[in-house]
Amino acid sequence: MRHTISVLVENRFGVLARVAGLFSGRGFNIESLSVGETLDPQISLMTIVTSGDDQIIEQITKQLNKLIDVIKVVDFMEIEHVEREMILLKVAPKKEDRAEVLRLTEIFRGRVVDSGPTTYTVEITGDEKKINAFVELMKAYGIKEFVRTGKVAIAREGLKRKEGG
Amino acid sequence: MKKSGAEILVECLKREGVRHIFGYPGGVVLNIFDILYDDKDIRLILTRHEQGAVHAADGYARASGKVGVVLVTSGPGATNTVTGIATASMDSVPIVVLSGQVPTMLIGNDAFQEADIVGITRPCTKHNYLVKDTADLARVVREAFYIASTGRPGPVLIDLPKDVTGGTADFTWPKQVKIRGYNPTYHGNRWMIKQAANEIARAKRPVIMAGGGVIISGASKELRELAEYTETPVAMTLMGLGGFPGTHRLSLGMLGMHGTYWANMAVQHADLIVGIGVRFDDRVTGRIASFAPNARIIHIDIDPTSIRKNVRVDVPVVGDVKLVLRDLLQFLKEIKGQWTAVRASWLKEIGKWKKERPLGYRFDKEIIKPEFVVEKIYELTKGDAIITTEVGQNQMWTAQYYKFDKPRRLLTSGGLGTMGYGFPAAIGAQIACPDKMVIDIAGDGSIQMNIQELATAVVNKLPIKVAILNNQYLGMVRQWQELFYRERYSYSHLDVVPDFVKVAEAYGAVGLRATRPEEVEPVLREGLRVKDRPVFMDFIVDWKEKVYPMVPAGGAIDEMLFEEEEKKPKRRLRAVK
Repeated sequence: MRHTISVLVENRFGVLARVAGLFSGRGFNIESLSVGETLDPQISLMTIVTSGDDQIIEQITKQLNKLIDVIKVVDFMEIEHVEREMILLKVAPKKEDRAEVLRLTEIFRGRVVDSGPTTYTVEITGDEKKINAFVELMKAYGIKEFVRTGKVAIAREGLKRKEGG
Repeated sequence: MKKSGAEILVECLKREGVRHIFGYPGGVVLNIFDILYDDKDIRLILTRHEQGAVHAADGYARASGKVGVVLVTSGPGATNTVTGIATASMDSVPIVVLSGQVPTMLIGNDAFQEADIVGITRPCTKHNYLVKDTADLARVVREAFYIASTGRPGPVLIDLPKDVTGGTADFTWPKQVKIRGYNPTYHGNRWMIKQAANEIARAKRPVIMAGGGVIISGASKELRELAEYTETPVAMTLMGLGGFPGTHRLSLGMLGMHGTYWANMAVQHADLIVGIGVRFDDRVTGRIASFAPNARIIHIDIDPTSIRKNVRVDVPVVGDVKLVLRDLLQFLKEIKGQWTAVRASWLKEIGKWKKERPLGYRFDKEIIKPEFVVEKIYELTKGDAIITTEVGQNQMWTAQYYKFDKPRRLLTSGGLGTMGYGFPAAIGAQIACPDKMVIDIAGDGSIQMNIQELATAVVNKLPIKVAILNNQYLGMVRQWQELFYRERYSYSHLDVVPDFVKVAEAYGAVGLRATRPEEVEPVLREGLRVKDRPVFMDFIVDWKEKVYPMVPAGGAIDEMLFEEEEKKPKRRLRAVK
């Protein structure tokens, strides 16, 4: 089962190594990981996508909590939330396909952020399914390369309150 | 008032109540050593190897309950501490390791004697620090001692670049420690504890499994009360020995791979396991799928990650063992069960197992049996010595034949299984408890792994006794090879074993030897009398002797091998891991 876990950590050097080392040392797997500062510059937020059965996920959250630099761990499996990921995809369509690529980009509410004589670089934001669907479509037109940010997630407001109560 | 980093460090150590440091000097820690040179309150015990220093600090901590402190230099000094740190980490021992580091502007440049010790020790410390600013030093030291000694204790390392100890800063001692990511749970959930009480009251065949957590938490009294009040037998893990009196009528002794037959049988036939300060390690559970098949499991531990890591748990209680047991007793006393009547048949059944397969070995008049040596040590010390062990057969025979009645009397590397632990740990224990008899029960293989610490013991006039069960083999490896690898003794014979009597004498210690059974007691008596220096007692023992009973790795804990069966046609044994 895949879980998206957000980990609030002290914004210090070495924290990422602690978290990554915990996953590798205990044989847990990381599917994606993104890190960024929060409103409080002393705190960073990591969003980790991992998978495992219930016992493994329980161990992952407990082991993360055990790290001194970890302030809070939230498993989004139990919480209504919004997830987003971004992709930058460079595609090199044949001349006659260039217009079609642009149309598809529009359908996916993407933007062209760079364009060369033979390529477009497209930015798409969305949940994982949408991104995967776009990648699948673009394969037919000749993808040169792409880069994904990894998932970020945030709880929906109504349910956050319910959780607190 | 401005102070140098080294002065701040030493001042902080004093405020933490540190009286002894185990260490070894080197280039980048000279600032600190220079301050210690004049200091009257803190004594540095100079070991002969950094690994010895860490094990000594570990033994000091286990014997006294205080935080052990280590001071080493950068690079090789720091990397030599890794085995000791990992040992302390596995067994939840509070130590603080201060390592020197090259000056901050050289970090990352592959400078002379530079090693990324914070990176190297990240997975085997509870937490570690690299101090980059002298102004942070006091706070970091305070946090390090707090983290090491609270919750589930463990090692903390502080890496100290030379310019940080050489720099100056205003000294302010932080009154409080506040770490927002670190809040151990001490009081167990009352509702869960009540469930646990109900389970115990309902159970017909309960067994308490007591581990190192009982000793760390200082809960021996509460455990004894629980066992006696509810008439529940107590099996102990290696780390739990002494947490409950080994001579108590309700003691089942040690369980697991080399546990007693009756402890393992009791666990396998139990309808309730009460795990207290244990982590259900594989050496205790055997094949996990067959462990305690009919039992519900209560698990009390301060470390949430220990719970449901290895075994399924019906009633989890996260909290400090002592506090949880107090609450548990309170609930149990409200229940008012007919404990004695209910448990009588269960205890009788266990008694039958005990009679069926008692712990024992064949005494021989011609050759010394290692178990006999341990028994004699027990007898002559009246069970009141602090015993350290190395790892392997010596460790298991000690666990089986020395009955520990009090906590903090057995210091052994249970989790990591570190050969070479026992002797330096004995040094630490003797420093912590100068009036106690400290004995290292060793093998001829293990003792050579930190034999250089003889010098440390001699210099400090420590009357540590080392009983070497000398069989010329890496005995436990040989045992496995005999049983599971068709008697192919691949590199387990030591060929050359030094003359330990001469080695002892060369260092200025006392060396004694026994080669026949009737010499064992006189040698021990003579050795135990020495008061001003270490003693090596070399017992030439039967090399064929094996540790029995034994659960082959990967077997269920009631699938045991016994010595009696050696004579019978060999059972086919599977070699697993």
